[in-house]
Amino acid sequence: MLAQLPRALIAAVFAFVILAPIFGLKLVRQGMHSALQPHWNIVLWGCAAVFVVQLLHPWLARLFARVRLPSVPALDEEHHLWAWAAVVLLAVVWPFFGGRSAVDIATLALIYVMLGLGLNIVVGFAGLLDLGFVGFYAVGAYTYGLLYYWAGWSFWECLPLAGAMAALFGFLLGFPVLRLRGDYLAIVTLGFGEIIRLLLTNLTDWTGGPDGISGIPSPTLFGLEMTRRASSPEGQTFHEFFDMPFNPDHMVIYLYLLALALALVTLLVSNRLLRMPIGRAWEALREDEIACRSLGLNPTRIKLSAFTLGAMFAGFGGAFFAARQGLVNPESFTFIESALILSVVVLGGMGSQVGVILAAVALTVLPEVVREFAEYRMLAFGFVMVLMMVWRPQGLLPMKRPQVDL
Amino acid sequence: MTEPSTALVPVPTPLLEVRALLMRFGGLLAVDGVAFDVRANEVFSIIGPNGAGKTTVFNCIGGFYKPSGGQILLAGENITGLPSHRVARKGLVRTFQGVRLFKNLTVLENLLVAQHMQVKNGLLSGLLITRAYRRAEQAAIEHAKQWLDFMGLREYANREAGNLAYGHQRRLEIARCMITRPRLLMLDEPAAGLNPQEKRDLALMIDRIRREYNIAVLLIEHDMRLVMDISDRILVMEHGRPITVDRPEAVQSDERVIKAYLGEE
Ligand SMILES: Nc1ncnc2c1ncn2[C@@H]1O[C@H](COP(=O)(O)OP(=O)(O)OP(=O)(O)O)[C@@H](O)[C@H]1O
Ligand SMILES: [Mg+2]
Repeated sequence: MLAQLPRALIAAVFAFVILAPIFGLKLVRQGMHSALQPHWNIVLWGCAAVFVVQLLHPWLARLFARVRLPSVPALDEEHHLWAWAAVVLLAVVWPFFGGRSAVDIATLALIYVMLGLGLNIVVGFAGLLDLGFVGFYAVGAYTYGLLYYWAGWSFWECLPLAGAMAALFGFLLGFPVLRLRGDYLAIVTLGFGEIIRLLLTNLTDWTGGPDGISGIPSPTLFGLEMTRRASSPEGQTFHEFFDMPFNPDHMVIYLYLLALALALVTLLVSNRLLRMPIGRAWEALREDEIACRSLGLNPTRIKLSAFTLGAMFAGFGGAFFAARQGLVNPESFTFIESALILSVVVLGGMGSQVGVILAAVALTVLPEVVREFAEYRMLAFGFVMVLMMVWRPQGLLPMKRPQVDL
Repeated sequence: MTEPSTALVPVPTPLLEVRALLMRFGGLLAVDGVAFDVRANEVFSIIGPNGAGKTTVFNCIGGFYKPSGGQILLAGENITGLPSHRVARKGLVRTFQGVRLFKNLTVLENLLVAQHMQVKNGLLSGLLITRAYRRAEQAAIEHAKQWLDFMGLREYANREAGNLAYGHQRRLEIARCMITRPRLLMLDEPAAGLNPQEKRDLALMIDRIRREYNIAVLLIEHDMRLVMDISDRILVMEHGRPITVDRPEAVQSDERVIKAYLGEE
């Protein structure tokens, strides 16, 4: 333990340097003057905590090494299918009995499932660190928003187009950028996400600027509107058609089911991709790019396919997001959002679809459940991330690639 | 003048022609004026002491390095400076001095990835699992089986490639090349690390591949017995420069070659 002493001391000093300006001194207004109010207590406690943790580091590491997270029980192919069927059935049925706010949160969780699975194609399967994923999400959302605003298109007309637009953006950005290696790619994509957001903010004449576009209609069900009154005289509403009293819950459930369907499609497609030649090529490329080239595989094209496909799902997600919120503005597409989606992928276990789904649900539902701790959300989030990286860097459920057997 | 000249019979263009190849790394001339040709169905070897520039020649031919000078022609077509994956698609594939398998993929999957270019399948047909897609996938697996049998690796098909014995990894790497149906197979020290029995098997295998698949082989190898056994012609390099190109017997008795290997003293 004595060997750890210098290390712990240095760490504590660094903690002090970082904490002191942030927590140590508070600027308070006293009448006409501003005064610095010291808060040394909190700083000292922080330094002490860092010191102790660093001192006990080897011992803690050994402790953590002994903790085992449960692994998923191995199911054979047939049981696997049944398990999935049961989960899907449950997911379809419960909202009819669940509370309205629970269903609403679940819808949000499903959006993140979808985004997580989409980004998983890029980061998990193809190993490309994309920090600007939210840019494509924004492209999808604004495709619907703008087409509705300028041309009056409906959700169902815009949905495929939103995916296509986002994919196009992914393609155009990826083409020059995917020659870059890891860190550079991360930086360029980060910049791209910000550029999209700034464009949306500043092209005020087109996009409505910081206020965005509001009044975006929700999706219809085979042409039936889920609102109290039809938006046009010839329109028909869901409750009139089925001769029911109007119930706003219908809309909530409908949105939930739609999100579920979109998430399922994303899951099925990405699951298929993994088993296709392109999925194998992604894996091969991650392992050895030079060997790939020596066999005639074009790395840029293979990466581009992952990038484009991931962007497409973000686009679908964006269009749905716009329809659910009823408004889009640049605020929803900040870097934090990209970081959140990325942490869904990393926490879940890069490449692992089940892991990504669990992580997406956990990261959206938990903060809602423990609302009282909302202030500490980011803190807890960071803490969990650090713990995960120490303890289980491969994620909750590490990826298991499906093999082709002979 | 009136002599019925045999010189008028057109000389067939060689499969691969390397002209005055130059590769400079900063101040170092790793390859300096190397020229040779590889004829169809020939086993052509490059030998030379460590650091002679043999692997660098491979890297230039394969498009992994852009040569500082010179030309590379494949069946008369200039392929100098083409990106490596395009060169590979023209039928020029290689193994690496250190084995470069996809270690986390299974043996079978290594062979499937290599067929990526042959299996012409859109994304959509794969997502919808169309008949054509399934047929193509099945054909790729059948083709892979053939090569697994050829190399005696069938029983390891579902193993991760990284877990194979070293000799098996070497063979898998050659199979992975051959499954792309190349015109010229380039092997960089394929016998390195093999035991004598495996070396004999390798020699037989190279010869068999060359005959059955009618391809040319370009070989870098330090094992002289193997080289002398299977080569039709040999290029000897030293310090990036070509010393001689000749038949094995002639190379063996060439004084410059002996000097290069034994040193000046
Ligand atoms: N990418 C590179 N950058 C700088 N120098 C290089 C590079 N590649 C090779 N060299 C240098 O070029 C020279 C030739 O190297 P090369 O690997 O071609 O030799 P070789 O004949 O294959 O040797 P060996 O028999 O040991 O494999 C060496 O001096 C090497 O250090
Ligand atoms: Mg070499």
